Amino acid sequence: MATLTIRNARKSFGAVEVLKGVTLAAEDGEFIALVGPSGCGKSTLLNMIAGLERITSGEIYIGDWLVNAVPPKDRDIAMVFQSYALYPTMTVRENITFGMESRRVPKREQDAAVDRVATFLKIEQLLKRKPGQLSGGQRQRVAMGRALVRDPSLFLFDEPLSNLDAKLRIEMRTEIKKLHRQLGRTTVYVTHDQVEAMTLASRIAVMYRGELQQFDKPAQVYSRPANLFVAGFMGSPAMNFLPGTVENRGVRLQDGTLLNKPAPNGASKKVIVGIRPEHIHRASAETLARHPDATRVAAMVEVVEPTGAETIVIMRLGETEITGRFPADMAPEGEESVELAFDINQACIFDPATEQLL
Amino acid sequence: MQPKPPPGLTPNGLRMRLGEWLPFALLVPSLIASFVYVFVFTGWTFYISLSDSSLLPTYGWVGFENYAKLWSSRRWNIAYNNLFFFSTFYVLGAMAVGLLLAILIDQKIRAESLWRTIFLYPLAVSFVVTGTVWSWLYSPVAGIEFMVQSLGFENFEFALTASRDLAIYAVIITGVWQSSGFAMALFLAGLRSVDQDLVKAAQIDGASSFRIYRRVILPSIGPIFIAVAVIMLQFAIKTFDLVVALTGGGPGISTTFPAIFVYDLMFQRGQIAQGAGAAIMMLLALTVVLVPYSLWMVWRRRRDSGHG
Amino acid sequence: MVDAVFADDPAARAAQRAYFVNRVVIYGLLGVFSLIYLLPLAVVIMNSFRPLPEIAEYGLINIPRQIHFSAWADAWGTYCINGACEGMKRNFMNSLYMTIPATIISTILGALNGYILSKWRFRGSEVLFTCMLLGVFIPGQLALLPWAFLLGQLGLNNSIAGLVLVHVIQGISFTTLFCRNFYVSIPDDLIKAARIDGAGFWRIFRKIVLPISPPILIVTVIWQFTGIWNEFLFGVVLTSGKQQPITAALVALAASETNVRNFDVMSAGVLIGAVPPLLVYFFGGKYFVRGLTQGAVK
Repeated sequence: MATLTIRNARKSFGAVEVLKGVTLAAEDGEFIALVGPSGCGKSTLLNMIAGLERITSGEIYIGDWLVNAVPPKDRDIAMVFQSYALYPTMTVRENITFGMESRRVPKREQDAAVDRVATFLKIEQLLKRKPGQLSGGQRQRVAMGRALVRDPSLFLFDEPLSNLDAKLRIEMRTEIKKLHRQLGRTTVYVTHDQVEAMTLASRIAVMYRGELQQFDKPAQVYSRPANLFVAGFMGSPAMNFLPGTVENRGVRLQDGTLLNKPAPNGASKKVIVGIRPEHIHRASAETLARHPDATRVAAMVEVVEPTGAETIVIMRLGETEITGRFPADMAPEGEESVELAFDINQACIFDPATEQLL
Repeated sequence: MQPKPPPGLTPNGLRMRLGEWLPFALLVPSLIASFVYVFVFTGWTFYISLSDSSLLPTYGWVGFENYAKLWSSRRWNIAYNNLFFFSTFYVLGAMAVGLLLAILIDQKIRAESLWRTIFLYPLAVSFVVTGTVWSWLYSPVAGIEFMVQSLGFENFEFALTASRDLAIYAVIITGVWQSSGFAMALFLAGLRSVDQDLVKAAQIDGASSFRIYRRVILPSIGPIFIAVAVIMLQFAIKTFDLVVALTGGGPGISTTFPAIFVYDLMFQRGQIAQGAGAAIMMLLALTVVLVPYSLWMVWRRRRDSGHG
Repeated sequence: MVDAVFADDPAARAAQRAYFVNRVVIYGLLGVFSLIYLLPLAVVIMNSFRPLPEIAEYGLINIPRQIHFSAWADAWGTYCINGACEGMKRNFMNSLYMTIPATIISTILGALNGYILSKWRFRGSEVLFTCMLLGVFIPGQLALLPWAFLLGQLGLNNSIAGLVLVHVIQGISFTTLFCRNFYVSIPDDLIKAARIDGAGFWRIFRKIVLPISPPILIVTVIWQFTGIWNEFLFGVVLTSGKQQPITAALVALAASETNVRNFDVMSAGVLIGAVPPLLVYFFGGKYFVRGLTQGAVK
């Protein structure tokens, strides 16, 4: 078990800087999710933690051991890949023992370790098969087995679930969460799926264009996103952004609605109000009672998308399109004018110039 | 239980750095060999072509005199004309036959691999063997002409290799016979790589299979046409053994080719400087074909990655 | 093809007829082309067993009326080429001694180079690869004089060893190209996983890359074997007489024309020269086509 500390990590490929000084620290046993759109540098960072790519400048510590120049095999890590990276010509058993063979672990210990992991992951009956004969979910398990058998101080996951279908992905997500709880090993998990990051991680590091945007607990990242990028990236459907102007009594939106939310200190004249779809309610006696500070807003319904338990509704508010998320029984049915209640206490206000949260 | 450096590992990662040099070190012998082969050999041959060498290399500088001699030589001009004529019909012929065969084989036929083997086996046979056997087939006293005549068609003539004007066609036919299977294999791979949804969409649109090929499938394998043409042109420019075995460059010098010219001058007539010049001209011909092709490939890759 | 329920439907019947015509045309065309492709092969095989007087009387393209085997024995052991009456066996062996080592060495080097250039890239490796690629296109004529000179300096003139060297160096470009294009398609994650598992350069090559390689190694071996066996220019220029490979001997055989062409012996000789690459091709052809089309059109 170990902590992981990354100080001002940079990586350039020729003239292109893909990581522009990232500083991160994971406590012992923590589950860190690196999340961001493709090309944000998250996989590069993971590869550098693994030692697969050389760090251009900065420091990486596992525990208090500086590992910058340590080859991957000596870093006491294990990694699960998006493509699973199972050796196609070896059986499942050989896949799992390959690392131990490389490290010259005695045969008896190897067998014991394989048995332990196979039982744990319920893949005993697959040991003699080749990867080509396995389903996606089984391959995923074998890939995890190969990592588990190492019993490392640091687990690295590189988008391990993105090749699975939706249902299996949710199942495996739960498994990974259980696994982490049982083993309590420090884990770094790269994903572009913000739901995965939210559900799994104890802290989320949101990355964009080679820079760390925010590093915080999932709830905090979700409710208090550090900037417009994080706000837009985390959450689906995405947060609504409404341009507005600061006035004495609150923020006036472009369609004339006055949100009775006092602008925070330091706000310039123009701001962007961010409000999540679930904080937009149908105005009714009940909702208004529950959210006494809510602002009443009139909007025009454009598209209604029922998903079962809840209904996503796209509406027009002046020039802007907004998305609301209502319980199925509260949802409008067609193109009609609706009265909404904005739970303004939950809204975030951003500076349009710096894009930072105010 | 903090992880610690295992014993024997130098802290500055010396082993990691040595490990990084190993692949490069292993590549070095091949690199040197290729470098010598590609650049030094070519450079040396070019140098010889500018010298007054005759039977052995000598290093008196004569500038481009050998090239001037070369282009005023009747034999070289015939060789060069032959190359143009042959290349055109050989490439077009091999591509046409290859494409036809590929489309036929693509019709969900039985015993596909048997047919493919039949059309492709000439590729495994040397040009020397092909040339020798076809020279017999063209022979008026024993080959195709003899056979057809003995079937009763007394006026049938097919003695291509006996005629100065027609011998080049014998070379073309034989070349097409040898290479069309190869073109077929490449075209077939291309046809098979076409997105089947595209074909289904065209079928639903009611297009006939002829129209599907002409309008949907063939346009989408355009790059393969160019690749096949370039590969075939390359074969054409290097044509040597086939002609030596088939016609020996004759009758007279009517089917002489640049490659034969080079060989003759260097090793039969002891004019290595002029031979070297002719070899450089062959390289030039290849460059004219390959440089635009590589530029086009680079451009295409840039464009594709730009969109991705 | 057509469901029984619809068999009475005129449209269905017309479709069935069109399908039938379509098949007849396809198989007909394939049949005609097959005849053209197989004719030369059939001619040499048959004539190697037909007595010479029969060939003279009925021509080359005819069925055998009598069968004899002496042409094969002649061509193999006693026929006179260039004044030496030893048949082609020596040249055949020369070709084997030249082709087998050159094929093995160039394939091993190609696999290693391809592995490095695809999985252990370093700054400039793409440029170096491009330079090696040029070797594929250089015409042999350009290298004739330098090779003759270099082999002389190395004391390898007129020797099989010299030809092996020539073919290895000429072949590296091809084998490297084939193997690199194949190895590029191996996911990099596999190599990363192996590195984390503690495997180094050689262990990854032996345990992971080589076991995946048979398809491309078969292609490379077939390509090199047939290419080197069938090569004529270097054989005829860099060796002479007893040291010549079989292609050079074949041309000499065809050229050593007396008044009567000994078509029977020459047919046998041609077949002796053609059989090894044909065998290689027939046993590995399936992989060859697949691999060639993967490697060549990229």
